[in-house]
Amino acid sequence: MAWTRNVLRVNLTEGSCAAEPLNTEWASQYLGQRGLATKYLCEEVDPKTDALSPENKIIMATGPLTGTVASTGARYSVITKSPLTGAIACSNSGGFFGAELKFAGWDMIIFEGMSPEPVYLHIEDDRAELLSAAGLWGKSVWETDESIHARHQDPQMRIAAIGRAGENGVLFACIVNDLHRAAGRSGVGAVMGSKNLKAVAVRGTRGMDAGSIHDIGAFMEATRAGKRVLAENAVTGQGLPKYGTQVLMNVINEIGALPTRNSREAQFEGASRISGEAMHEPRPSDGKPNLVTNAACFGCTIACGRISKIDEEHVTVKTKPEYWGASGGLEYENAWSLGADTGIDDLEALTYVNFVCNEEGMDPISFGATVAAAMEMYQDGALSRDQTGGVALEFGSTEALCRLVEMTGRGEGFGTEIGLGSKRLCDKYGRPELAMVVKGQEFPAYDPRGIQGMGLTYATSNRGACHLRSYTVASEVLGIPVKTDPLVSEGKAELVKAFQDATAVVDSSGLCVFTTFAWTMEDIQPQIAAACEGDWSLEDLGAMGERIWNLERQFNLAAGLTGKDDTLPKRLLTEPPKTGPAQGRVSDLGKMLPEYYRIRGWSEEGVPTQETLQRLGL
Amino acid sequence: MLRALHIEPRKCTGCLQCEMACSYEHYGVFNPAKSVIRVFNFHREGRFVPYTCTQCAEAWCLHACPVDAIQANPQTGAKVVMDALCVGCKVCTIACPFGTVNYNQQTGKVIKCDLCGGDPQCVQACPTAAITYVDADWTGLERMRAWAGRANAAVSEQAQA
Repeated sequence: MAWTRNVLRVNLTEGSCAAEPLNTEWASQYLGQRGLATKYLCEEVDPKTDALSPENKIIMATGPLTGTVASTGARYSVITKSPLTGAIACSNSGGFFGAELKFAGWDMIIFEGMSPEPVYLHIEDDRAELLSAAGLWGKSVWETDESIHARHQDPQMRIAAIGRAGENGVLFACIVNDLHRAAGRSGVGAVMGSKNLKAVAVRGTRGMDAGSIHDIGAFMEATRAGKRVLAENAVTGQGLPKYGTQVLMNVINEIGALPTRNSREAQFEGASRISGEAMHEPRPSDGKPNLVTNAACFGCTIACGRISKIDEEHVTVKTKPEYWGASGGLEYENAWSLGADTGIDDLEALTYVNFVCNEEGMDPISFGATVAAAMEMYQDGALSRDQTGGVALEFGSTEALCRLVEMTGRGEGFGTEIGLGSKRLCDKYGRPELAMVVKGQEFPAYDPRGIQGMGLTYATSNRGACHLRSYTVASEVLGIPVKTDPLVSEGKAELVKAFQDATAVVDSSGLCVFTTFAWTMEDIQPQIAAACEGDWSLEDLGAMGERIWNLERQFNLAAGLTGKDDTLPKRLLTEPPKTGPAQGRVSDLGKMLPEYYRIRGWSEEGVPTQETLQRLGL
Repeated sequence: MLRALHIEPRKCTGCLQCEMACSYEHYGVFNPAKSVIRVFNFHREGRFVPYTCTQCAEAWCLHACPVDAIQANPQTGAKVVMDALCVGCKVCTIACPFGTVNYNQQTGKVIKCDLCGGDPQCVQACPTAAITYVDADWTGLERMRAWAGRANAAVSEQAQA
């Protein structure tokens, strides 16, 4: 039982904190983190609830392997109803916060209600209390982190906070922990802000007792074997530590699947200048590379994290020494959304914008993609300079991007409209077809016309467009576990379902999904089985992944979403890219979706059949 | 031959596997708060630095202890806290210039690195070889090798020119 079996329930309306035992029956069916917190949410929150009302709840949940020696055992997830999509939100983060929560003795925190005043939650082992955040409201994530550490005189405390974006209701605001790791997507930070909850500060000194691990001998052996596999694999042992996720920029551009200028194109001429390789190149200005070092989350033996420093002479920071220090650098998705999608190839500027996204607490994928949509509307004349508050929103304009990131984070002028996300923005200006979203969430850095599996992945993702629900890029581009043709849609329905179910297991364990570049379920299962009492065979885990997926689906259907929402922007279904290997092709979603429904055991309308639900124990 | 912990911060990624290995070895718990090796994150500089006791030859802690509870292990060179003797007076924590001996409120004793009896678990756990356990007389060997390589390269270039 690698669970602490303690749940902290925080009622923000009443200002109370209470411990309660973990529902172990649910834990045996949903493991932890994503799965288990989804079960709690589904039991406690009406799916039709307004996401920003006090009736919504927000859950921070660790997995059983969080805070253990298992490589990558750092993860926690934030589960709530999303204000961006109206669907279930499930955002996963690394860093050190999740493990610290476990070390304090808690599997999860459930926040309910809404505080009358800004507060933050302070946890020191089994003591939890809500403290006034009056002096923190209006502060950035970074200022908040510094203030709370100073106030408690405890540099070892780990903090997750919202920035001004979360306070201002930016619908893609995130929760940032450890300064630059984020539960990034679907606006979980806006939910936290709506509850007047500024931060969660945790110090855990109890640790994870070896006696709490079901079979410690088997666990040490299984985790050691797992680390060996990660070290010996080319992606997790070499590619990711050296280049981070940015190892993909040139690769995806070459196969013609890099959405460019709001997906009008699928290749970006400036890709190499914003790539992982470019981050290693000494700058002409100061002779130093953008990348300072790679960095690990808690317990991670891959260490894909990027720590970057911006050139102090660069126009974005020349007069702002507060940005001269090292901080979280560009990931592939962010380099794409802020760069290729907006047509900007200035690595230093993108790093600056990325820093500000972390500082203000907002999702760079949705932010960049929303700016890209606004740029296309501006170019088409649907949006005028008067309406943007004087910002000339040309594709490729570094100045416009930098101005907008500041305005959006701080809730100024046109920034408040960017903060609504592309769907609402494009609807407002009469160009709904220009929003590159599924279920209202901006899609990430893989063009479904060039990687067919990703079209189905986006369309069917339970949290709106997302690459991390079923990362078929692994198979279609990298050949993991087997190579499939990215331009062919046959067989992708099956692939997507298999990846979706397996990912749901990983996301419920406390481990990082990036391990699956090297690990199969055969590597993961022994670690879970050794840590947790109960039945955790490969078959049990497979069924659990499918159960979690269907439970999330049921939440969304009850919230009012239907099979009609399992679609892609018209552009991807009708306008082929003009260059690259995917030239002349569109997404074959129409072919893949019915097959996917059939394999899932869902009706033609995308509703799980009674038989499927019974089979999964739902 | 005595060995010593040798730390190369440049290789450290800040994963804290060393801290968990340390606490597991000594207390049977995965708990950085109970580790006597600590990794410091110099965030603004982008540097991670593991730090622990260097096992001074003339150890301040050992000399300061009023009850001789800190003793040298002749096999490993470690200065080891004898829990049965330690009275938790904390004088050693004041004497140590490096802060690497600390009080543990749970046990009422002080704790410091004991080199795990000659098989330091932090070394086994480090995924990047930022922490190694090498000949105590030659902790500088790898750095010498690196500089030797550079010096040699310059000589070779001159010879070619």
